Amino acid sequence: MTAPLIIFFVLAALAVGGALSLIFQRHPIHSALSLIVVMVALAGLYLLLGAEFVAAVQIIVYGGAIMVLFVFVIMLLNAGIEEHTNFSKLAGFPGLLLAFALTGFIAATIARSTDTVQAASQPGNMASTRDLSTMIFKDFVYPFELTSFLILVAVLGAIVLAQREKA
Amino acid sequence: MNAFLYANAWLIITVVKVALLLFIVLTVNAYLTWFERKVVAHIQSRWGPHRVGPHGLLQPMADGLKFLFKEDPTPAGVDRFVYFLAPLLALALALTSIAIIPFGPDPLPWKILGQTIYLGILPPHVNIGILALFAITALGVYGVALAGWSSNSKYPLLGGLRSSAQMISYELALTLSVVGVLLIAGSFNLTEIINDQTSRYGILGWNIFPQFLGFLCFFIAAVAETNRVPFDLPEAESELVAGFHTEYASFKFAMFFIAEYTSMITVSCLCAILFFGGWLSPFPATWTWTYYLPTVLLLPAGLWVIWDGLHYETIFGKLILPGIGAVMCILAIALVIFPGVNNYIQAPFWLLSKIFVFLFVYVWMRGTLPRLRYDQLMAFGWKMLLPVSIANVVITSFAILRWGAIK
Repeated sequence: MTAPLIIFFVLAALAVGGALSLIFQRHPIHSALSLIVVMVALAGLYLLLGAEFVAAVQIIVYGGAIMVLFVFVIMLLNAGIEEHTNFSKLAGFPGLLLAFALTGFIAATIARSTDTVQAASQPGNMASTRDLSTMIFKDFVYPFELTSFLILVAVLGAIVLAQREKA
Repeated sequence: MNAFLYANAWLIITVVKVALLLFIVLTVNAYLTWFERKVVAHIQSRWGPHRVGPHGLLQPMADGLKFLFKEDPTPAGVDRFVYFLAPLLALALALTSIAIIPFGPDPLPWKILGQTIYLGILPPHVNIGILALFAITALGVYGVALAGWSSNSKYPLLGGLRSSAQMISYELALTLSVVGVLLIAGSFNLTEIINDQTSRYGILGWNIFPQFLGFLCFFIAAVAETNRVPFDLPEAESELVAGFHTEYASFKFAMFFIAEYTSMITVSCLCAILFFGGWLSPFPATWTWTYYLPTVLLLPAGLWVIWDGLHYETIFGKLILPGIGAVMCILAIALVIFPGVNNYIQAPFWLLSKIFVFLFVYVWMRGTLPRLRYDQLMAFGWKMLLPVSIANVVITSFAILRWGAIK
């Protein structure tokens, strides 16, 4: 086993373990912490693939900003241990079916694809920040700006909803 | 054995470097507490620590021993896992961020195990230097927030909440204020950012001149990120007892302190690197006499230490202080005899001097400024700092579009 392979398996185990723990933890804060582990492990995987910029942004945006907000809200509401309801059959049956369908779909796609992941980790093949920004701000500028607009609308919506009614 | 050493040379050297850097940073941390107490004391017309050792120089050791031997009770009702995780997280993340700082441009003049040794843990061509730092800073808030939450007590919870809110608010300004520098340098690599500030006129090439606005935003936001006065709301003594670490004792308490002081050092390094030319000398490169500044400073300092030590009647006066002074004088004389060494110590000398200046500014602010009120803090972050740093990005972008990057 080469060093990158060992690191890959450690990170993958962390990601999967974190995801499982996210679901099975009973306290919201513990779930949030598990999610942070998943995010950081994913960032490590990106780094292993040579996508330095994406890895850093993954930690800054998801691991940092978004999860801090989650933890902040959980702390602010002082949410306690969740109450577990009985397993809902209506949600459980189609849910399981859907999960199997999704897993099968992903597996089929991976089985059929001819590209190997190795291609990305070749040293000369690194996705540089420059390439990424050219892509976002030149080739895909309209979809990108549209997405920004969507987020802006969501922010405005949140402000309108949170605003107190004028007495 | 030898073959094994050579095969894993890179790994072994990195581990040694990490151990060395940890030792240096933790020692500097300890003496930073002494420095802070001393400077604040003199600002407030007091003496500061002066009982343990000459000038209280052994006070950090006494403090460290005290932290280690104190009883370490775990309060009832804490969330045990998170309660123990929080100080570890805070300390580990703070120490990791130091690993990204480069301390000098040139590798050591000799190779060890066939490897070129650079000052700093990461090799200088790593491209995400500053981004990696921001990633670590972004995670740094968890130490404080989780400590506050897991303590299961009202004051720590308030401290943790304040800290999360404060860090979310100021991180935006912190990141945006650096964008101007990145635009000028065209790179995330800290070594390249420093090299980009080289100019014939020394100090005039530094980023502080085109990016003065950016520097102000960066420094204010960074002070807020490190929870220092005047932004130390998460641990405001008069309101929250001690804020997020109220329920921590003994070495767990010390870990939060070490984390805080380490982030101070990181921020000082960043200020020096991003805006003040890093290891570049403030003098034009043609003024070769400035190469002798370290020598000229070391010799009188050594003589002063000897003279000062002779005032003490204990072992310090008879042996230790004159000994240290003598070593400093011998080093200075050695520098005079082998002037070639000067080329190698220039870069670390200037970088460390600049870091020291920023650490002093930190302490100076603590001795001078009153704490902000919480609503003032939030309003300042969102209504003042954020717009100004965005304006800085816009202005810098337009300037670069119009006139090209300045050099």
